Amino acid sequence: MKPSLIMLVAVGVLFAAGVTLLLERTLTRVLLGLVLVGNGANLLILLTAAPGGPPIVGTTEPGEMTDPLPQAMILTAIVITLGMTAFLLALAYRSWRLVGHDEVQDDIEDRRIMAMAERDEGSDAADADTDADTDAADGDVTRAGSS
Amino acid sequence: MTWLVPLPVVMPLLGAAVTLLMFRRPRIQRTVSVGVLTATLAVAVALLALARSGPLVVAVGGWPVPLGIVLVADQFAALMLVVSAAVTLCVLLYSIGQGSSDGDEATPLAVYHPTYLILTAGVTNAFLSGDLFNLYVGFEILLAASYVLITLGGTETRVRAGTTYVVVSLLASVIFLVGIGLVYAATGTLNMAQLVSRLDALPDSVRLLLQGMLLLAFAIKAAVFPLSAWLPDSYPTAPAPVTAVFAGLLTKVGVYAIIRTETLLFPGGRAADLLMVAALATLVVGILGAVAQSDIKRMLSFTLVSHIGYLLFGVGLASRAGIAAAVFYTVHHIVIQTTLFLVAGLIERRGGTTAIDRLGGLARTAPVLGVLFFIPAINLAGIPPFSGFLGKLGLVQAGVQDGSPLAYILVAGAMLTSLLTLYAIGRVWNLAFWRSPASVPDDAQPRPSSRMMVAATAALVTAGAALTLIAGPLYELTDTAANDLIARYPYVQAVFPGGVP
Repeated sequence: MKPSLIMLVAVGVLFAAGVTLLLERTLTRVLLGLVLVGNGANLLILLTAAPGGPPIVGTTEPGEMTDPLPQAMILTAIVITLGMTAFLLALAYRSWRLVGHDEVQDDIEDRRIMAMAERDEGSDAADADTDADTDAADGDVTRAGSS
Repeated sequence: MTWLVPLPVVMPLLGAAVTLLMFRRPRIQRTVSVGVLTATLAVAVALLALARSGPLVVAVGGWPVPLGIVLVADQFAALMLVVSAAVTLCVLLYSIGQGSSDGDEATPLAVYHPTYLILTAGVTNAFLSGDLFNLYVGFEILLAASYVLITLGGTETRVRAGTTYVVVSLLASVIFLVGIGLVYAATGTLNMAQLVSRLDALPDSVRLLLQGMLLLAFAIKAAVFPLSAWLPDSYPTAPAPVTAVFAGLLTKVGVYAIIRTETLLFPGGRAADLLMVAALATLVVGILGAVAQSDIKRMLSFTLVSHIGYLLFGVGLASRAGIAAAVFYTVHHIVIQTTLFLVAGLIERRGGTTAIDRLGGLARTAPVLGVLFFIPAINLAGIPPFSGFLGKLGLVQAGVQDGSPLAYILVAGAMLTSLLTLYAIGRVWNLAFWRSPASVPDDAQPRPSSRMMVAATAALVTAGAALTLIAGPLYELTDTAANDLIARYPYVQAVFPGGVP
């Protein structure tokens, strides 16, 4: 069995376009990228079945039937992708409602280090307060609200 | 007794439906989910006992085996089922305790129970699956539930962290799906038992490609360095019980898939060395991240990543001793990591924060919390006689037995990681628990932790400590499980009693 070249190129284009979009910062574009990559994967699975007649006993000779299993798998994958797309759209909408945009932000650690770099502090500065704690008074002070 | 096999998947799914219908009746919801998970635990224990005499196989829907989907409960799968069911039950009790002590808080409890049960169903489905595509479906079920749980409440930080998590997981799923497509194209089947001989017959290069695709997908889910950056960013923002169950189970499902595919589908492949190098990088980079953190939850997330390296080390050795130690360590790590995240949740309630530079004197003001933290913490660091020590000892022995230079480097890396874990844990202990309470600003507003939360945590702490007591039989069990995994034919023979078609 040889898959058709056009289909293979289509898979390649879908993957390439999808990955490009995935590297964007706005969630809606990331989502479009995921949809494209997902469709590329589905098409790739479709290629694993040789072309042939419908796999129904009585209409096609068993030797000429196409393999129905990849199509069943694609169907499952499409349903899953649909659900996930809906969820990501909801997330993007929620993000837009909360902060006014749907850009995927840097994680806390990155932002902390960037803030430190701006203040021209090394990572040593974070531990400075812990050194000071050792010689603090240790009377039997009970904290308010403790039980 | 094979009718027991689908129950760990079916019961939580039905329970999820019932709890969803009962969304207005929190009391019924709680009863149903506790009942379902208790029953799942009982079934899992029964399966573990039954699997001693060979894997139990069920062809779902009565379809003859290579056509339909099979569920297979061998000793490895059954052991993972028991541990995961026990852990999910304890975490559920903890979250019920948290809900009742907070009134309702901001968490929509109505969604929590069904989602949590679906997560359990996904995890058990992944463990029991005897078919690659069903494994994918299991992953998707648990991931879909986890997306909802990690963004529970929809606050700004959770949406931000959840977005990264969802996108990374979806990408991993697509890679897994492509891998499945390629496996099917190369072999014409997805039944794992049938794949064994068909993959063996493939040329080495094709096999390596397929193995690489599947490993890539599982490594993202298991948070193996350099694919681990998403984990410490997204886990700590979720509610404490959610983080705990994620930390305990989700990455381990990835590890389970790695162990299963490496032993059953691609034994003796060229990827073993790659796994060892990845294990070393995960161990060292992960623990260095943990040392640098000043927040307990983030520190624990990094130790979670780091200790995945131990599991990979055992898998990479690909010897009976290595796999046995890796399975033992997985059991230990599920229990301990979950416990520590639950304790971190209790600390957050007691001190109002998990930043260790704002906590102090907890050993004096909350001695019970101190005990609950101390035991699993030194267990994680691998202090004898706890199970963390036994697991690491087993891995080191397996590494020395292997004798290759790479194995010795990993033994050294494992020792170093163990020491640095002790350092990271010791830092938390010194600052949050031992220093004087007067040395921190007194602006904490402790929220009471209900007895149920403390009891659920204490139960897991006890279970973690009890792993030492049952270490002998447990190690025997993981050893025979490893033997079956490496031999491969018990699995294949159980699925195809009349020979592989």
